[in-house]
Amino acid sequence: MTIHNLYIFDKFGTLLYYAEWNRIKQSGITREEEAKLMYGMLFSIKSFVNRISPTDPKEGFLFYKTNKYALHYLETASGLRFVLNTDTSAVSVKEFLQQYYAKVWVEYVVKNPLWVPGTPVTSDLFKQKSDQYIRQSSLFASKSA
Amino acid sequence: MVIHGVYIVSKSGGLIFNHDHSIPRIETEKVFNYPIDLKLDYDPKKVSVAFGQKDGITVGHVLNSINGMPVNGSTLEDGRNVKEVFENANEFPLTLKFARPKMTTNEKIFLASMFYPLFAIASQLSPEPKSSGIEILEADTFKLQCFQTLTGVKFMVVAETTQAGVDVLLRRIYELYADYVLKNPFYSLEMPIRCELFDTNLQALLEQMEKGGVTTI
Repeated sequence: MTIHNLYIFDKFGTLLYYAEWNRIKQSGITREEEAKLMYGMLFSIKSFVNRISPTDPKEGFLFYKTNKYALHYLETASGLRFVLNTDTSAVSVKEFLQQYYAKVWVEYVVKNPLWVPGTPVTSDLFKQKSDQYIRQSSLFASKSA
Repeated sequence: MVIHGVYIVSKSGGLIFNHDHSIPRIETEKVFNYPIDLKLDYDPKKVSVAFGQKDGITVGHVLNSINGMPVNGSTLEDGRNVKEVFENANEFPLTLKFARPKMTTNEKIFLASMFYPLFAIASQLSPEPKSSGIEILEADTFKLQCFQTLTGVKFMVVAETTQAGVDVLLRRIYELYADYVLKNPFYSLEMPIRCELFDTNLQALLEQMEKGGVTTI
């Protein structure tokens, strides 16, 4: 099991934070372009899911899988979007993302008075805690290890 | 164990086949007094709920009928405007029926062509090299499983999240497609599939799967 990378977007599509661990392939475009592409795809998936769903969705889109990786999605009520790419065998990533939101994001970003909402996070403490939290999780185990 | 629908999308992204298997009808009928405690959105094409969901009527549901009289767009069958009826306190109480909007054929074609770029972007944004496109897409109410053949045709099944063995089903549908569609001399590639034998065989396959599970197909 392994975690590839993490994107955090706000409700307007601004990339607030990006971090990567075991990313083998780069997309070949700049980070900003990649973020726009990713946000656009998630936006389309959301409306796609809402329309194709046979009954009224509550949480809507949860994840998709390809043959190589899985993309897990968590959207908070305030429109904050967490996107975590893992390998296909990862389980209960939704709970993990909720924990990440409560224990890392709220603690080290929302409670930081120097962070201006809607701007990318630059706090070193957050970066450090976020990295630590991801590395400690059971989902994170490098393939080479 | 429910399969909601089967979609086949051609290499160029057009919807060439669609079969709705079991789509639950979500309808709620309720008596309302003046003024209505729902915020409605009056669109010329439909009247839908914008805010204030309750008693099974949720945001996005469309007004189907008033006192049993069908509503076409934003007018009643007898020509009266829905909004005017609702503003007139003398008309109340009214029995309103709301339902989750059914997908029209046009909307299905639109959604099928929308899946195509999602499939491609998913493979481009992959953190691992040589990734395929989306194979399983899951939401809280359904899962969509997609199987792409070597020739680029996509077979998609929308099923309940707990449904097992959808991959086997997809390969069986591919077999049926190869047998009844591709061997049909009147069928031209990339065109919508109108083939009775395929329809009946697919129907039989889905029913068999619902009764006996994956192992029987």
